[in-house]
Amino acid sequence: MGSSGTAVLTGAHYLDGDYACAEGAIAAGCRIFAGYPITPSTEIAERIAKRFPTVGGTFIQMEDELASMAAVLGAVWGGAKAMTVTSGPGFSLMQENIGLGMMTETPCVVVDVQRGGPSTGLPTLTGQQDMMQARWGSHGDYEVIALSPSSPQECFDLTITCFNLAEKYRLPVLFMMDECVGHMTEKVVIPEPGRIDVWPRRWYRGPKEEYRPYLPDKDGVPPMVKAGEDYRFHVTGLTHDERGYPVINAECQKRCVTRLSTKIRENADDIMIIEEDEFVRNGSADVVVVAYGISARVATKAIDEARARGVKVGLLRLITVWPFPEKKIHDLAGKVKCLVMPEINLGQMYREMQRAAEGRCKTALVPHCGGWVHDPSDILAAIMENSK
Amino acid sequence: MSTPVTVAPNQSAHHPLDEFLRTDRIPHIWCPTCGLGTVLNSFLTAIKDSGIPRQDIAVVSGIGCTGRTAGYVWLDSFHTTHGRALPFATGLKVANPKLKIVVISGDGDLVAIGGNHLIHAARRNMDMTVICVNNFNYAMTGGQFGPTTPRKAKLTTAPYGSYEHPFNLPFLVESCGATYVARWTALHVRQVQTSFREALHHRGFSFVEVISPCPTVYGRRNQLGSGLDISMYYRDNSVVKHNADTRECDIRYQESIIVGRFVQKEKPTYLDTMNEYLTETLGSKYTPYQGPMSDGD
Repeated sequence: MGSSGTAVLTGAHYLDGDYACAEGAIAAGCRIFAGYPITPSTEIAERIAKRFPTVGGTFIQMEDELASMAAVLGAVWGGAKAMTVTSGPGFSLMQENIGLGMMTETPCVVVDVQRGGPSTGLPTLTGQQDMMQARWGSHGDYEVIALSPSSPQECFDLTITCFNLAEKYRLPVLFMMDECVGHMTEKVVIPEPGRIDVWPRRWYRGPKEEYRPYLPDKDGVPPMVKAGEDYRFHVTGLTHDERGYPVINAECQKRCVTRLSTKIRENADDIMIIEEDEFVRNGSADVVVVAYGISARVATKAIDEARARGVKVGLLRLITVWPFPEKKIHDLAGKVKCLVMPEINLGQMYREMQRAAEGRCKTALVPHCGGWVHDPSDILAAIMENSK
Repeated sequence: MSTPVTVAPNQSAHHPLDEFLRTDRIPHIWCPTCGLGTVLNSFLTAIKDSGIPRQDIAVVSGIGCTGRTAGYVWLDSFHTTHGRALPFATGLKVANPKLKIVVISGDGDLVAIGGNHLIHAARRNMDMTVICVNNFNYAMTGGQFGPTTPRKAKLTTAPYGSYEHPFNLPFLVESCGATYVARWTALHVRQVQTSFREALHHRGFSFVEVISPCPTVYGRRNQLGSGLDISMYYRDNSVVKHNADTRECDIRYQESIIVGRFVQKEKPTYLDTMNEYLTETLGSKYTPYQGPMSDGD
């Protein structure tokens, strides 16, 4: 299905990542936005506030991030595509209702333009420190989908992918930007609406009286209806059966929670987007840098320099960061001397990589506390050290 | 003085409000003689009498004893997180403006953890009805004091009696911008039904507080008797004062309760002000929200 109508700004633009994300949301059919201002995500809200009244969208500024996330869920059950955007401190507040979204299988998009933390930390400076919060931020067991862009163009493209994955798998999809990508201005090409792949909601099409809100299709995902159509359905954050009714026992908990995980785990190959360069693809790399977001771009400078020095080094870029490409990393670990991960935190995705490698090769973290991107020479040093 | 009441067992297999009840979820979890059954009955009667098509009504609740209401009404119904029923309802309303949205929750949910959302929903004059069942405590967790607990009332976290100043809810919501405000006790069945019906037909933020007995925890800890005793005490100690100055509607421990319809006025709602302002400001460039997606989308 193509993107609809005149709302899409087809053409080549000079946009920052935040604005590109806003345009991606519009192209994906998002028409309700609820948010609360926070640096460095505010420009997305500002762009939406300006654009929505001209494209048939409703922008509502809420009283806090708790309310923003709750309003997004309400809007989706009302029958709209909806989004909110935030940064670290707001992302913490949203976890409560991200959990409700996971439990009630509510398709929506949550954008986190990451800054340095913990707490108020570095409001205006970059970080990649919310990666584990994205994975485990709300209480209980659930699987997430999270994507990370490395350029303004990807902020546009992947925002649409986030909406599509949200609709396909019925959950809040987390878009883990960072301040650098959000505030970086580059050329962004917006295709014609008919060339933009926009997935519809999984509407239930059976007889009204047979509708069961949590009766899954074959892929483990239940189809959906919206309020106001006389389905008279019930949705709860309590553990529930296929009717959506609360059932407070271990047996129902097992069925309910297992499916929240398996619908993502069993479809991980469909969800995962990774980018390998030719050294990784043809198996000739001795060292592979595994990176995401802005760090993947900074790493290319170090990789070029290492190659100039004769090291066989490749780049594996994680576009989908969650679910983590465990099998890919495991296989790669059997073929290389070392996997190197630069990230703007003290080792979050790194530990996941280390776990997936299972000791089959060396792993090296190039940490950064946040506030700026890596100096490529630090990544280069890790590559050189581990290529021996 | 209280009057003895005899309750005859219901011989019929059907209740006249079954068309609005998830009968497969009955019996409910509420304690015998809790006021919530009466409130639910009054609410469903008001819906029936209102003539509003059932598919146009959505019920949103938070967490707590009253929060379970959403699970019993046979309507589109949402049982959300603690305190967040109002912002959830706000999203539902802006995405699907034809819906008549009713938030039913307790005093702890709406006024303590959800207090920020309450004042902002009232400020925006968001077109929705809020039914706040006030039982003066957190009942589901075993009877702790909350922001509406009258001073001196004893609860598990106020073992010597509460010494905090409680909220006066009609005054709070009126001062924040609510355009319909009423208060009754659970046994004012007809008046409660009337206020619910008026609130459902009101365009704007309507707020109905129902003072309700909690026999199991609040009542027992303060030795107030059975739920029926407490209900009748509240009713018999109420003073009906329509259009009362809400500043004078404080509730003191086991003293008289001012009830009635305090506020009923017209003011543009959130969506009205948004549409009017953007039409005026943007002219033909304004493209209003076209409503929710259809299943062809």
